[in-house]
Amino acid sequence: MSGDIFINVIYWLVINNVVLMQFLGICPYLGVSKRTETASGMGMAVIFVMALANAITWLIDSFFLQKFNLVYLRTIVFILIIAALVQFVEIFLKKSMPGLYKSLGIYLPLITTNCAILGAAILSVQQKYDFLTGIIYATATGAGFLLAIFMFASVRERLERAAMPEMFKGIPIALITASILSMAFMGFAGLVKI
Amino acid sequence: MSNGNTAWSTFADGIWKNSPTLTLLLGMCPMLATSSSVMNALGMGMAATFVLVMSNIFISALRNIIPKQMRIPCFIVVIATFVTIVDLVMAAYSPGLYKSLGIFIPLIVVNCIVLGRAEAFAYKNGIASSMLDGVGMGIGFTVGLFLMSTFREILGNGSFLNLPLFGPSFSPVLIMIMPPGAFMTLGFLIALKSYLDKRQKKGA
Repeated sequence: MSGDIFINVIYWLVINNVVLMQFLGICPYLGVSKRTETASGMGMAVIFVMALANAITWLIDSFFLQKFNLVYLRTIVFILIIAALVQFVEIFLKKSMPGLYKSLGIYLPLITTNCAILGAAILSVQQKYDFLTGIIYATATGAGFLLAIFMFASVRERLERAAMPEMFKGIPIALITASILSMAFMGFAGLVKI
Repeated sequence: MSNGNTAWSTFADGIWKNSPTLTLLLGMCPMLATSSSVMNALGMGMAATFVLVMSNIFISALRNIIPKQMRIPCFIVVIATFVTIVDLVMAAYSPGLYKSLGIFIPLIVVNCIVLGRAEAFAYKNGIASSMLDGVGMGIGFTVGLFLMSTFREILGNGSFLNLPLFGPSFSPVLIMIMPPGAFMTLGFLIALKSYLDKRQKKGA
């Protein structure tokens, strides 16, 4: 991991975009992108949980799993931590920050099965990022998700009123839209060199 | 006779009629990510089928012990155990495939197909029919992956299972093995499936 954090953030945010380039978190990407409000709510929830999950899994991984040679239990431990964390965050927000809970609450249970969260947690320990870099990585990746899902939802809102063959309605045309978005994101490839 | 029929339909529904990826739209992440070559797709399909069948059997066998309120964490532990087995076996015996599937092997844990079948089928049915359901769904997933990767590899790389098909003068459509090609192929495949389903309904 070389020094320049800003270059890396650009890389994680657009060049190696979590949805459009790495195919993580496709289910919520297709599922909650019909309206821009729900899409941005989901995106915010993902950034929040991803950064938190990354911090906690990093601590568990380096102070428990690696210390006791239990790295092969990573998948099991991480998914349980994430599931428990999501529950905990939900209860905590409900009690202490009802405003935030109102806007993020309904998306939180869905996040447990969002593979982007687990994927980012595993990738960041596999890449051996340190604690701070891991959190920045997770935040940038989550922001990449927000960017992708918000753009996608804005297009889909307009797609609803467009005329198209019956068989393309719904998911097929959404996927083709995602394909074009992904093509546009490929254009960023030469922006920075890692 | 009726019993044999339901067993058969449990098995066959998953393959085409309720194809997990093309109709139920579950498990899209590995579908998009690992379909750039037929080899990867088959590897992913087999890994997911193994996890599906084994977790279905175990969850069905334990369904009277697992308390209702705690079922999701229990399912996740069972599934994660089998995913870890696949992960370690693949790393040991086919490191090439393991490397190209990468993060998507551990991510079978959060594949909605596996958890979905555990919740919707295995938790309510006997061991034998849960196993059949797992096999059917697994094959359905593999068929979806196979179809998609066939299109993508032939168009994007001019080959099938790494055998070149068109000779050196063919210039492949590179975009098909890149991310945009994945989204596009899946979009067209799902549209084709819904067209065929509709035509069948009209004919019946």
